[in-house]
Amino acid sequence: MYWNQKAECMPRDELRELQLERLKQTVSRVYHDVPHYRRQFQEIGVRPEDINSLEDLRLLPFTTKQDLRDNYPYDMFAVPLSEVVRIHASSGTTGKPTVVGYTRRDLATWAELMARALVCGGASRQDVIQNAFGYGLFTGGLGIHYGAECLGASVIPISGGNTKRQVMIMKDFGTTVLTCTPSYALHIAEVMAEMGVKPEETKLRCGIFGAEPWSENMRRNLEAKLGIDAYDIYGLSEVIGPGVAMECQGKHGLHIFEDHFIAEIIDPQTGEPVAPGEPGELVITTITKEAFPLIRYRTRDVTAMIEGECPNCGRTHMRIGRITGRTDDMLIIRGVNVFPSQVESVLLSIGYTEPQYLLIVDREGNLDTLEIQVEVSSQFFSDKVRGLEELEAVIRREIESTLGISAKVRLVEPKTIQRSEGKAVRVVDRRQI
Amino acid sequence: MPVKQISVFLENKSGRLAAVTRTLAAAQINIRALSIADTSDFGILRLIVNDPDRALSVLREDGFTVGQTDVIAVEMPDQPGGLAGVLDLLEQAQLNVEYLYAFIGRGSNGALVIFRVEEVEEAQSKLSQAGFRVLEGDALYSL
Repeated sequence: MYWNQKAECMPRDELRELQLERLKQTVSRVYHDVPHYRRQFQEIGVRPEDINSLEDLRLLPFTTKQDLRDNYPYDMFAVPLSEVVRIHASSGTTGKPTVVGYTRRDLATWAELMARALVCGGASRQDVIQNAFGYGLFTGGLGIHYGAECLGASVIPISGGNTKRQVMIMKDFGTTVLTCTPSYALHIAEVMAEMGVKPEETKLRCGIFGAEPWSENMRRNLEAKLGIDAYDIYGLSEVIGPGVAMECQGKHGLHIFEDHFIAEIIDPQTGEPVAPGEPGELVITTITKEAFPLIRYRTRDVTAMIEGECPNCGRTHMRIGRITGRTDDMLIIRGVNVFPSQVESVLLSIGYTEPQYLLIVDREGNLDTLEIQVEVSSQFFSDKVRGLEELEAVIRREIESTLGISAKVRLVEPKTIQRSEGKAVRVVDRRQI
Repeated sequence: MPVKQISVFLENKSGRLAAVTRTLAAAQINIRALSIADTSDFGILRLIVNDPDRALSVLREDGFTVGQTDVIAVEMPDQPGGLAGVLDLLEQAQLNVEYLYAFIGRGSNGALVIFRVEEVEEAQSKLSQAGFRVLEGDALYSL
């Protein structure tokens, strides 16, 4: 089953021709319309007409999250704001989010890609899709939503949270497909069991999960507990949102929708391509996006290319393995991107001169928890309990508003946070994924 | 000169209080009064010692988060109603007591209680005017 068989099953040589044509257009457009890219290209002496083959992509500079931050909020857009019909954002490392924009056509592209992804996971217009991804600035909720509508399925835009209600609606509305983060799916399964609702009392048959790393173990767990087939979906807001790559029913690798994105896997140290099948950093170039095109974007996600044709589905688009890690220190907590340095900038803004802190990530039941330990400096110490509790509350409030997730703040004595080779350990991740 | 109180931040885990007392013992500093305020996560140890300035520096050197605050030491009749008399007076003067604790041992004429108030000088003069003995720091440390 395909949503767009011609595109998804295009012979490789035709696909590469299409990619080159679209790459040339994109490079020419960003060169003329985005000052950042023109500057970058001129610095290394590359002109759009130098791109004559897909291999020439490697002549172009990488784009990093720092570039997006430097051009906050709109300077990477390739169209005037009047052409932009939607703006999303993801968390940044200094409290400033990364802003992404979509033209009307970009939204149509995204909906098509999400429709493809849903069909790739076995969904159809007959399905009732309960979308428990968060709606809002985060691309998860609305991305899935418009894809499901494009497909013609019935969407329940329930967003995240209120888990008992999720279970009730799942049962009463006859949900057949659940979309959310894998950890939230496990939580739903647990609440379902507590409520005494058995999977066979629901019509649920399929789950499409993403926005955080998960494992084969977790897949088996979810499939057993919810009585479903569970599939991995990949995406990131900078590139478009969910719908960059999707597992097919073979459950072996995620197909990258290569008629819209060119993927490379590089050695994060050298920037050179790794041997096929070797793990490395995923780098993506968008070749159809209008508002916010990206050239060689360093996703910081670590994965490996899976060689050979897909033995399962007939799609010709290349597959990548599950995301196995990050090349930076970003954490994904309850589906939200968190950088330890965000905590540091909060503490600096409160007035800490040399903040010492530790993030402890754990999983209680199936929900991620975040505790932030902060060393009490003499400067903020008070002999009154109320004084310290107020300090805790201020830190907690500021951190929650910067990170977008709740955290427990615990004040600790100086020098209790471990230093190794002069560099502090900032994260303890106790989650067993 | 008001009484200087040392306060120390303590995490709620075993051995922390002992570590503070070890540091003080090694520096030959004597504890004259103490109290601990605790929450589920942390505690604050408050101390009156015979040498507050040195206590502050040795505790800092050993890596503790330490503060120094002015408090007042009031002598009161060691009998029923003794403390009530002092608190009544402070209440009438609208001086808010953050916390208080008893001195170990006693003054020359009665019980000694340490008060933490925001307005140290005002409290001191109000109490003196009412006939209570308010001890100077130096007098208290050497008691």
